[in-house]
Parts: sequence; structure tokens; C-alpha cells
Amino acid sequence: MSLLNLTLKVWRQSGPNDPGRFEVYEAKGINEDMSFLEMLDVVNERLIAENKEPIAFDHDCREGICGSCGMVINGVPHGPKKLTTTCQLHMRNFKDGDTVVVEPWRATAFPVIKDLVVDRSAFDRIIQAGGYITAPTGAARDANSILIPKQVADQAFDAAACIGCGACVAACPNGAAQLFTAAKLAHLNLLPQGQPERWSRTVAMVDTMEEYFGSCTNYAECEAVCPKGISIEFIAKMNRDYLRAKFKDRRAVVKVDMTEAAG
Amino acid sequence: MLDAKIPAGHISEKWSNAKFETKLVAPQNRRKFEIIVVGTGLAGSSAAATLGEMGYNVKVFCFQDSPRRAHSIAAQGGINAAKNYKNDGDSVFRLFYDTIKGGDYRAREANVYRLAEISVQIIDQCVAQGVPFAREYGGLLDNRSFGGAQVARTFYARGQTGQQLLLGAYQALCRQIEAGTVRMYPRTEMLDLVVENGRAVGIITRDLVTGEIQRHAGHAVVLATGGYGNVFYLSTNAKGSNVTAAWRAHKKGAYFANPCFTQIHPTCIPVSGDYQSKLTLMSESLRNDGRIWVPKNKDDNRPPNQIPEEERDYYLERMYPSFANLVPRDVASRAAKRMVDAGYGVGPLKNGVYLDFKTAIERLGRSVIEQRYGNLFDMYENIAGENPYEVPMRIYPAVHYTMGGLWVDYNLMSNLPGLFVLGEANFSDHGANRLGASALMQGLADGYFILPTTIAGDLAPQLNTPVPSTDSPAFREAEEAVREQVNRLLSIKGSRSVDSFHRELGKVMWDYCGMARNAEGLKFARKRVAELREEFWQDVKVLGEGETLNQSLEKAGRVADFFELAELMCQDALHREESCGGHFREEYQTPDGEAQRDDEHFAYVAAWEYCGTGKDAKLHKEDLIFEYVHPTQRSYK
Repeated sequence: MSLLNLTLKVWRQSGPNDPGRFEVYEAKGINEDMSFLEMLDVVNERLIAENKEPIAFDHDCREGICGSCGMVINGVPHGPKKLTTTCQLHMRNFKDGDTVVVEPWRATAFPVIKDLVVDRSAFDRIIQAGGYITAPTGAARDANSILIPKQVADQAFDAAACIGCGACVAACPNGAAQLFTAAKLAHLNLLPQGQPERWSRTVAMVDTMEEYFGSCTNYAECEAVCPKGISIEFIAKMNRDYLRAKFKDRRAVVKVDMTEAAG
Repeated sequence: MLDAKIPAGHISEKWSNAKFETKLVAPQNRRKFEIIVVGTGLAGSSAAATLGEMGYNVKVFCFQDSPRRAHSIAAQGGINAAKNYKNDGDSVFRLFYDTIKGGDYRAREANVYRLAEISVQIIDQCVAQGVPFAREYGGLLDNRSFGGAQVARTFYARGQTGQQLLLGAYQALCRQIEAGTVRMYPRTEMLDLVVENGRAVGIITRDLVTGEIQRHAGHAVVLATGGYGNVFYLSTNAKGSNVTAAWRAHKKGAYFANPCFTQIHPTCIPVSGDYQSKLTLMSESLRNDGRIWVPKNKDDNRPPNQIPEEERDYYLERMYPSFANLVPRDVASRAAKRMVDAGYGVGPLKNGVYLDFKTAIERLGRSVIEQRYGNLFDMYENIAGENPYEVPMRIYPAVHYTMGGLWVDYNLMSNLPGLFVLGEANFSDHGANRLGASALMQGLADGYFILPTTIAGDLAPQLNTPVPSTDSPAFREAEEAVREQVNRLLSIKGSRSVDSFHRELGKVMWDYCGMARNAEGLKFARKRVAELREEFWQDVKVLGEGETLNQSLEKAGRVADFFELAELMCQDALHREESCGGHFREEYQTPDGEAQRDDEHFAYVAAWEYCGTGKDAKLHKEDLIFEYVHPTQRSYK
């Protein structure tokens, strides 16, 4: 096991109105088996010992599933390892002597609250606009009466695996949230249960997304940093559904697509 | 003696009888009620969404930045339901029976039967919402088996079942937020329960971004705030999981039941160093295909793949031939501890056992294993730096779930009228040991189906009673106390960080109130925890201010409550002079080292009343009467 000595440049910002600045900390004797957040824990303990306020960052499960954590590490959301959240990034991915720059998500829709903590409530707004299937408790029929081909279920799952961390937005030069929105739309629009609200959902979610976020110009940076490997193919699907919802007779389209989904 | 208000009738009719006998609130009257829900995991989100759909006014609080991040999201393996889709002899009664037995006869029969009954509706509900459960090629739902069961009744969504179920509940919640029936308060922490004339009437919260202390009143308060495993510092819980809401309710009069019943999960990644901030679970479902072993020779330092078959001890298969690697969690955990304590541990710190997939990969092919567990294998490789397709995983037990919690009656109401407790935060359904894939089932049963029915019984008599005023002395005093505590924590300006205290507390609890306990150790731990608590209040260092986001301050308040809870856990563990499920007292074991229950003296729920910090809590008992499952020595051999 080897120990690393790193130089950290960390974004510190006491609140939304503070312009913020980088501060430099020496992170010495870092064990390569630590996670990136454990390394920050160690740095924070040292800061507290020096009577300096610790670095604020969002984190919770530390298993890569809750989507709380996220910071831009050396310019890349969630850091250098593909398909990995910040909490699951381990220090063996760094070399002794490295300088590591740590910043919050940078996006207009995600204002900084403090240090590395940002406000991602715009994501919740998109889901509230239509990211659900209307199925009030108690009204469901037997689960096995809805047959879903395995391929369809698997594809819906691939989309549903999104953890809502916001790396896609942080990576996008336009600060767009297409990947996040498309993932939820694909999850629900692929399933037979999602067909009745497919068109209204698509329009509502896309329109809400555009209130907060920038536009997609196909950089595909989002897919590259997504810790869950969500595919940008879902964006194409979203765009197609949106156009169809806008320009076609919705009732007729519902009929056609029910047949498609059943097949 | 506590009255659990168990409905009359045969066990299979109790829930129907209860539903018929509970008073109703008519649809047009529901909007006259304000209900507070704290916590947005499976139980909280599903309850809030359902109450909103029914037409109640609901306020929901979570400390995370979004309700979707509650720790239910991390549950991996699955959710049980007595669907018998596999035609392997499952039934509501069998799920009930397995759960009572798995809980080592320390759960309430009527609750558990209801849970098993509702399990089938949960799956229907979740599928209707679009939860992408695993399917077979014909389009039907797939099932797998789990520890403590000999049938395949577990529904799953790869290794992310909790995530998909929580997103289903979160989406239902979002629909109600949009509809205006639910108001959501993220990044807001409950810091006290307000009790007026013996009734819960509201809560005091702190806005974690601005530090603002607020009062919220309701006709009822629902706590769905999860478990307290983080009292051990290292656990599989999320870093933010805490006992504060439940503990403050306890200090306001709610009884805390069976606090010493904690579950140690057998398959977690072992500790790698003293910087460790949490432990990561590897789903129990891995035991379906993985085989657990240690070298027969203590000093065998060869890499695992070079140790020949005949020099390996597949100890679970040897000791428990009929359940083998699928024995319940408590049994598997203790067996691993025995192996490591006896010097057979593996890995650089000799603190683990192997979980080996070689046989399964040979039998099923790598792609099947990848399909079943791919994300878990990736997670393991990320953390441990070894490829589990080639090298066996190293695992060791870790604190995972707490069966204890606030005492509730059959209606999920605590002894304080108006205070309801759901999910892991209550004590009700898992006895002394929870079976795998049952936590998700309980959270959703409580939230979607039970609470929305039973709460009406408490609300109906309050029809046309206004929401309690937040200007009352009870609210004023509660707010004042919260402010005082915040200011006190900030003004100590001592020399030790919150985390250093938390780590030390966790170590004491793990060593003396963990997987194995004895009277001497528990007495020592209680004394030591009290000393540490004193030291904490003299010497903790919380930098920063109260009027901004201050994560050290949040942690400090939570750790302060963990200290007090820890003392109660030790008291409870010491008083329960028997072993049952996850509570293993070394003095009480069978000749072959299994838990030795004492049904004559301890077949009861221990519900503790708070009597002051550092003082003995007062014991109230609820006798457990077994009419349908006869308690026997649990055997998985």
C-alpha cells in the first residue's frame, strides 16, 4: 500500500453572494485505498484542527447510488474514472505529487450554496412536471397481468438507473439537462404502463426543463461523464417523442404506440 | 402493560376487521386536515404521496437536498411478496411464518401477518407505477430466493431494487407536489417534536441552508426517519442517517422499543484502514451463487485461487447443510465472526472471509453472473481494487439495520396520540432479526397501505378542529430549546471534532454492544459512553455559524443524540438476559454456539420511557403471544 502526497486546489465560497476563490491545501499521507470523499474527510479534520471551517460538500450513501455527491475534479465531473461517482472514486486513481483541482458543479441552473454544495432543485421540478405514471395507491391490477418483454424492461431499467447527480449538466458546455430528462422519459415512455400519459408527459417535462436549463447542441459530454452510463440515444428518443406530441393528433398517436409497445 | 390494540378475529381476518372498524374521514373532509410527514424514504414518500392522493394536506420534510436521495435508495437485493408465482409452495401464511421465525419469535404476530398479506399488493402497486422489475423472456416477473427462505419470492431490479422502488414512490410524491396536496421541505431537519396535553401537535425544524428555526403544526405527525445504525459510526447506512427525529420524540414521551436489536449484515466489504468512513454492503443475493469459505489452515497465506478444494472450509455448507450459504443474516454473521476470531480470517488485515463465485461462473457462465450481479461486482472492484470474477470477494459483517425503534401499536401509532411511526423507525415487524428483502416490503406496506387507513381512526374524531396554533407555550418552549442547543454546540469551542467523538463512540458500541455482548462489557460500555457524552459537551469543536449551511453543526446535534441512544441500547441489551436473533449474549448460548432464547422470561417487547439524560429509562412491557406459530429453537441445519 502506498501513500500519496497531493496538492489540492479547492473552491471555497461562503455563500451564494460570496464571489468565491480557490484555496490550496496540502493533502499528505493519503492512503490509496481511501475514497475521494474520505480523503476530503482527512483534509477537513486537519482544517478543523487549524480552526478553519471544513470544506462543505454534499454526500450521503457513499455507495454511488443516492446521487448526492458530485464535484468537478481536474475539470471533469466526478473525476478521471469512467462510470464512477465521486464517492466511489478511490485514491489509487491518482499519483503521488499530483495537483488536484476541486470545484462545484458549474451551471446556471445549479447555483452554489456553499463551497462544493449546489442547489439541484430544478431537477425535482422537471420530475414534478410529469415524471411519473398516474397510478394512485390501491388501484393496481395483478402485477403479472402486464406482460413486458424482457428487452423492453431491460431498456427501461437502463434509463431508470439515473441517480440525478447532475454531472451531465455540469459537463455540458450549455448547461443542458437533456440527458437527465430523456432518461426519465425513456424509462416511463418505453413501458406499456407509461403510454396513456406519454405525450403530455414529454411536453410537460421538456418545457419545464427549458425554463431552467440551456439547450442541447450534441456535444455528448453528458454521456461521457455519466456515472451510470446513460446513453444519449435516449435524447434522440425524447426529441422524436416531443415532435410527435407537438405536431400529431395525440389521440391517434396514442393508439399507434400502444400497438408498438405491446409488440 | 402496553396495549397493542390488536383487532379481534382469526389472524387472517384481523386486518379486514380493522379496516372495517376504523373510523373514516370522508373525501370532502380530508382537505381540512394537516399531516406532517418527516422523512422521504420508502415509508415516508409512499405515505405522503398516498395521503396527498386521498386529499389530505401534507407537509413533508427531508434533510437531503431532494426526497429522492433518502437511504432506501441504496437497498440492493429485493423485496419479498407472497405471490407464489414460482409455484414453489409459497403463501401468505408461509411468508408470515418465515418472518416470525426469522425474527426469532420477538415480533408481534398480527403485524407480521398483515405485512405478508399486503406484500402482494405492493408488487402490483409498484408495477403499475412503472418500477422496472426483472423479467423473464416471456414478459413475466422474475423471482429469486433470499436468506432464511426456501422459496423464491424476492422481486428485484438488478442490484438496485431500493433505488427503483424509491424512485416510484418519489415520482408519486412529485405528482402530489405538482397537484398542490403536498408541500415539500428539502434540506430541512426536524429537531424536536411538539407535544401539547399529551398529544403530538407539530415539529420544530431547522432549515439547513439558512439556519432558520421554524414551527410546523399538524393534526398528526408521521415519523418515517429510518434507523439508527450510525450509532456505531461504521455501518452500511448513509452518512446522514441519524436517530435525531426519533430520539427527540422519545425524549418527549414516545417509548423506544427493543433498541438493542440491531442487525449485522454478513456480506460487507471489510474495513481497510482507520480513515474508513462507512462500510459497503454487498447484497445478500450474492449468497445465492457465491460460496463462503476460509482456509482450513490458519496460517495459509497463499492467494485464494492457489488453495486447493480439499484445504478450504465451506463452513456454512458444513454446519447448516439444508440452508447452507442462505442461512439468515444473524447466523451467517456470527459464523464469520467465529472464523475470524479463531484466526481463520483472510485478507491483509485477516478480517474477512471469502465469498467465491468460481463454481457459479463455471456452472452458469460469466455472462449470467454479470447479468445478475454486474453492478455489485463493479462496485466491489472499485472499492477493494480486486476483480471478483477472478479473485473471491472478501467480506465481513457490518451494522446494517436496526429492528428496534419507536414503539407503535397495530395502527402504527406510538404511545403519544397523534404520533405515527413508519418503516425502520418503528420496531414492529422484524422481531430480533430481519430477513433479507423484508425492509422494503415493510416500508412500503406501512406507507402505501397501512398508515393511510389507520390514521383516519385518529383524525376522524378531530374533524373541524383547527390545526393547533404554533403560538402556544408548547411550541415556544420547544423552539427555545432547539435554539439553545444550537447555540450551546457552537459556543463550546473545544478541542475535538465531532467525527472524532463519533468514531470513539462507534468503537465502544461495536466492541461491547455489537455482534456479541456480555454483561460485563455492557456495563463498561454504558459507563464509558456516559463519560464520552460528558466530554463531548465540554470539548466538542464546532466551527462556523448557525445561520448558514453548517455540516459540522448538523453532525454535532446528531452525535449528541447517538450518545444518549447508545446508553439506552446498553441498558436494553443488559436487561435482556437471553440471546435472540441479532442480540447475542455470550452467557446465553446453546452447546453448539447458537442463540439461546428464554421464552419464559423474555417473550415481550421492551419499550423504554425516557427519564432524563444519564438516568435509567423505565421499562414497559408488551407481552408477545404466539397463537399461530409455536416458538421453537430456530434451526437452519
